[in-house]
Amino acid sequence: MMPDLGKYAEAVLSSYAVSILMIVVLVMLSVRRSNRVKKELQEVESKVKSNG
Amino acid sequence: MNLNAFWEYANPKKFIQTADWLLPWFAGLAAVTLVSGLIWGFFFTPADYRQGSTVKIIYLHVPSALMAINAWLMMLVTSLIWIVRRHHVSALAARAAAPVGMVMTLIALVTGAIWGQPMWGTWWAWDPRLTSFLILFLFYLGYIALWEAIENDDTAADLTSILCLVGSVFALLSRYAVNFWNQGLHQGASLSLDKEENVADVFWYPLLVCMAGFVFLFIALVLMRTRTEIRARRMRALLARERMGA
Amino acid sequence: MIALLLRDIRLAMRAGGGFGLGLSFFLIVVVLVPFGVGPQSALLTVIAPGVLWLGALLACLLSLDRILALDWEDGSLDLLATSPVPMEGIVSVKALAHWLTTGLPLVAAAPVLGLLLNLSEAGYKWLIISLFLGTPALSVIGTFGAALTVGLKRGGLLLSLLVLPLYVPTLIFGAEVARRGAEGFDVTTPLLMLAGITCGTIALLPFASAAVLRVNLR
Repeated sequence: MMPDLGKYAEAVLSSYAVSILMIVVLVMLSVRRSNRVKKELQEVESKVKSNG
Repeated sequence: MNLNAFWEYANPKKFIQTADWLLPWFAGLAAVTLVSGLIWGFFFTPADYRQGSTVKIIYLHVPSALMAINAWLMMLVTSLIWIVRRHHVSALAARAAAPVGMVMTLIALVTGAIWGQPMWGTWWAWDPRLTSFLILFLFYLGYIALWEAIENDDTAADLTSILCLVGSVFALLSRYAVNFWNQGLHQGASLSLDKEENVADVFWYPLLVCMAGFVFLFIALVLMRTRTEIRARRMRALLARERMGA
Repeated sequence: MIALLLRDIRLAMRAGGGFGLGLSFFLIVVVLVPFGVGPQSALLTVIAPGVLWLGALLACLLSLDRILALDWEDGSLDLLATSPVPMEGIVSVKALAHWLTTGLPLVAAAPVLGLLLNLSEAGYKWLIISLFLGTPALSVIGTFGAALTVGLKRGGLLLSLLVLPLYVPTLIFGAEVARRGAEGFDVTTPLLMLAGITCGTIALLPFASAAVLRVNLR
């Protein structure tokens, strides 16, 4: 299944690996921060409500 | 289109609702187009007769470079909207887009370097396009650093949007300056949407799919990150009010 | 406005004002370069215009945070803001004072340091002209950066990060004028571009600086 990349296999594979890794990290960080902020906001909102 | 209806999305609550609804669609679209485009490009396109298999890097290099510039343009537009109409969502969208744009710039630079190594025999050349992207990267760094450094949200939004405007002018100037300074190795914009005759169809169609994938990915990420920024801002406001009350 | 200018210049000249600091820094950078690249005079001749421009730029950068920080700390900036002089005028005067105390001495010192770097005979004229034309832009852009970071506690490093990318076009055209001049080529195009950038920044950037400063004083 693997296409024949010839002598440039290293360059092609490494650029795919690096780019995909960077995209995945960016997505993961965004999702994690999204979830964390969502949870924290809910906590703060419930606290504010119970106080007021 | 009714313009007033458009401005409704400047309401943070409304934006979050809309984003909640849109996000799965765009995330799904991004995943489908990116995966299929990259698989198409990687497994089912022939090697170029001149560039060999390195031509496959194009499916990452060109879309990321495209988004690196478009992200900055989007930040410019949202900054202007913030300055003129003072919608918080707009400023926060610019903030949310900046790290995405920076990563895109980085991908374009890294894949470009990896591509340049076998083709030009060097990882890095002070070619106008490469240099401009490096400068663009520095602008992203400064912009993000300024957002992080200022505590007050409104002050930060004002200052960064002005920096974005001034930076855009200087980025454009740098582009011309760099062009003048060194005519380089890089081929011209062979891949802009209106000039497809430079690229054979076999490479062109998967490239289009990949570009669409990067666009959807960008939209999905910006929607999610803007939502996060809105929530974070609301949280800071609530905490500040609580501290004042206590 | 003239009173403000004189006051700023006097403050900068006073001990601790950092008047000599930029010049000393320029000297040290230029002295260090041969240690880094080796003493071959042919090589130094080639890189001299660029090194001198870069040294001047860095020396300029060094004193940027002083443009507004001191006035911010002791509150005189708030007083100035309430005075009848428009904010655009204040930032322009500040930039002018910075240029007179930093940029102009650098221009004057550059030929002497050119000797150290074995600058070619024809280069002196164009080096001075390009620095004379270019350093005002550096001061004006720097004032914008100083206005952006004035309220921050550790603004110095951020200031460099923000200002250096903005310096790129000025540096490119300025160094190009000096380099072409030194090698005896035609300098018209970069010279016009450099002058254009300087005029453009002087005309437009004070508005941005003033807007930024108003936000920071809010």
